[in-house]
Amino acid sequence: MTIGLTHYLVVAAALFATGLFTMMTKRNAIGILIGVELILNSANVNFVAFDRYLGPGRLDGQITALFVIVVAAAEAAIAVGICINVYKNLATVDVDSAARLQG
Amino acid sequence: MHSAAFAAGEPAVVSAASGGLLEAVLFYAVAGATVASALGVCISRNIVRMAVWLFISLGSVAMLYFLLAANFLAAIQLIVYVGGTLVLLIFGVMLTSKSPWVRFDTPKLELLAAMVVCAALAICLCIVLSRTAWSGTQQVVAGATVAALGERLLTTYLVPFEVAGVLLMIVMVGAAHLARQEE
Repeated sequence: MTIGLTHYLVVAAALFATGLFTMMTKRNAIGILIGVELILNSANVNFVAFDRYLGPGRLDGQITALFVIVVAAAEAAIAVGICINVYKNLATVDVDSAARLQG
Repeated sequence: MHSAAFAAGEPAVVSAASGGLLEAVLFYAVAGATVASALGVCISRNIVRMAVWLFISLGSVAMLYFLLAANFLAAIQLIVYVGGTLVLLIFGVMLTSKSPWVRFDTPKLELLAAMVVCAALAICLCIVLSRTAWSGTQQVVAGATVAALGERLLTTYLVPFEVAGVLLMIVMVGAAHLARQEE
């Protein structure tokens, strides 16, 4: 059975759905970050699969995936810094407890 | 035009295993590992276990990149994502957990609603993806990706490359400020 473009896109869709579920249901702030990482990885798989199947040799998809990895690493660094500061001030990383700005 | 720009002298080689049984077996094994570990991430209620499942998922995505003939990107995924971002997340878990058994539980109704929404999204995506007629090519081009990627980064994608450098510097300064010691 030949592995086609649709196979990789289905894997990416499954990764996206699980990342979205993780983002929606976890109350731990780091858990939400883990969901974000899953979603970014699904986008990357899409980019590289399209690059290999629809334009081999163009490399545009791979370079975009490279930049997505860079931006994801930068965002994870700042987000973890914010989580650590929230923990220093509130003694918890429960996102439902960090509701002082609410209303 | 960049459509046929490989590194000088590198021919486009049709890989011997393209479309064969080995590729299919490898793909299903790696794709199964990716989806199973992603499900493990969303099912686990312990944050450390979630991080471990994410580690397996990111490693499997790197294997997917190898199957997609993106060797350099797979190595970068392992080095930067698994060896950098995931370690950062684990540090965050270590520094923000009071006790290993503290668990934040979401109400069951919210879990059910989220599951319905995400399952519906996944099913709709799969239906649309399987019905679209992609004009795909099956030929694997095993060129010298590292040289070609470097050439692209410094010619076509020079501005994003420099902006990414500035972004990393900003993030370094910001993270150092966020993690400062209070006097």
